Amino acid sequence: MKAFATIAWLVMRKDLTIEVRSREIVYTTLFFAVSCVLVFAFSFVRDGRALDDAAAGILWIAIAFAGTLALGRAFERERQSETLQALLLAPTDRPAIFTGKLLGLLILLGGVEIVLVPIVGLLFQAPIFARPMLLAFLLAAGTVGFVAVGTLFAAMLVRSKSRDVLLPVLLYPVTIPVIIAGVRGTAALFQAEVDEPMARLWITMLVAFDAVFVTLALWTFEPVMTE
Amino acid sequence: MTKLFVPAIALAAIMFAVAPWLINGAPYESTMGLVQKIFYFHLPSWFVMFTAVLTAGVAGAVHLFGRNARADRVALAAVEVAAVFGLIGLITGPLWARKAWGVWWQWDAKLTAALVLELILIAYMLLRRYGGPGSERLASGLAIFGMANVPFVYWAANLWRTVHPKPTVVPTLGPGMRGALWWCVAAFMLLGAAAFGARMRLERLRTEVDELYLED
Amino acid sequence: MKRVLAAIILAAALGAGETTLNGRAAAQPPPAQDEFVPVSDAEVEQLPAAPLVMTGYAVAWVVIFLYLWSIWRRLGRVEREIDELARRTRAQTRAT
Repeated sequence: MKAFATIAWLVMRKDLTIEVRSREIVYTTLFFAVSCVLVFAFSFVRDGRALDDAAAGILWIAIAFAGTLALGRAFERERQSETLQALLLAPTDRPAIFTGKLLGLLILLGGVEIVLVPIVGLLFQAPIFARPMLLAFLLAAGTVGFVAVGTLFAAMLVRSKSRDVLLPVLLYPVTIPVIIAGVRGTAALFQAEVDEPMARLWITMLVAFDAVFVTLALWTFEPVMTE
Repeated sequence: MTKLFVPAIALAAIMFAVAPWLINGAPYESTMGLVQKIFYFHLPSWFVMFTAVLTAGVAGAVHLFGRNARADRVALAAVEVAAVFGLIGLITGPLWARKAWGVWWQWDAKLTAALVLELILIAYMLLRRYGGPGSERLASGLAIFGMANVPFVYWAANLWRTVHPKPTVVPTLGPGMRGALWWCVAAFMLLGAAAFGARMRLERLRTEVDELYLED
Repeated sequence: MKRVLAAIILAAALGAGETTLNGRAAAQPPPAQDEFVPVSDAEVEQLPAAPLVMTGYAVAWVVIFLYLWSIWRRLGRVEREIDELARRTRAQTRAT
């Protein structure tokens, strides 16, 4: 158990150290997310006001698109230096490597969301401070589900042809429950009269999804990554 | 297996030829009238699709964890058959819905789950086709995730109102309707099995070709 | 497999096109049915059902037929390839 945690911690620290030095992924992902929000805003704002629930939808679409980009970039970096192969050759628990990468990407995407949510709140007059803890928990649960599946798929596509286009092709259908729950939950929290029970229901679903899919990902990471 | 193919297809063809008589003989449904008759092709298509999806999921797991090459071929053939029959279901459904509900599409649980499942099947085929070498294992992983995903899609979409006829419809069918339905289910399943068998043969021969090239 | 994919994408595109053209302002869908109730005579409907039913059956037939035909063609191609390879190996063993 301790070895598992140590390996995961080391992998995560390595990824974050590289990222802190270059800040490439975090800047580009953040900028891309904001551009996404703007592009969608033009479609869904009429007479200066956004359509109902547009803010929630736009936020989650931006997270999904930006997340896919970050996942692709993170593993492209590994591929270029062939470090993923080196990692897999190491005599360690494979799921520990997966966990390390997952945590690193979670922190990255979490950082992007911390900037993105206030921007969405500002542009669409969304009450992000009405239920801040619930909103934070909802975002966290959704991001964990999305990134868990995404890390597995991105890792397994590292050596594939057409990996750039295949990642979204594989990822989006499988993470549709996350998007549905995320958008509906966020919409419930952004309403004029906040619908707390509904939001809690969606959070419950997200937590269940996370439990199942993180387990599945840990379980399948080893057989999928070996030759 | 291949010797069964021609008789299976012949039998399925005969069953399909007889089906219109049975369907015509079945009584009209009171609220939906003639358009409900699409049901006799719509539901059997979904039966075949779900059977094929289950086969694909199990075969994918066997391939991934048991390193069984034959299981991989089973998964691929099953996914293709499932996608084709799912497509029939997704086209006949809206044709029926346009008349019965007034709209081509509704975002209720069953329809959403069906559409997402079809997308996952197509994603699987795209991965096998364009993923390059080594995509068999990745595809098996995707198949497992896809299968685990369906209950969640159903649960998520179910929080909206559902207009799809409930599963209690089938047991309460009258005798005329029941006969026609199960005849069509049998015909479709036979056809699906025959198509699956043919597709498996294709995959097996392709593996043979690869091996022959390697020997060369 | 390319054919199957092309057929599916084409059908999906057609379906999407029809959706945007047609059913926009429609009645609120009725609640779910618990059972199908058979009746003796059919009533007159505003939207003719026959073309929809015909299209449904036609689509099922066409898709099944196209799929079986596509398997058959691919099988033919692979079998020809195997024959070709077998012939080449025989020629080689005879030459050596």
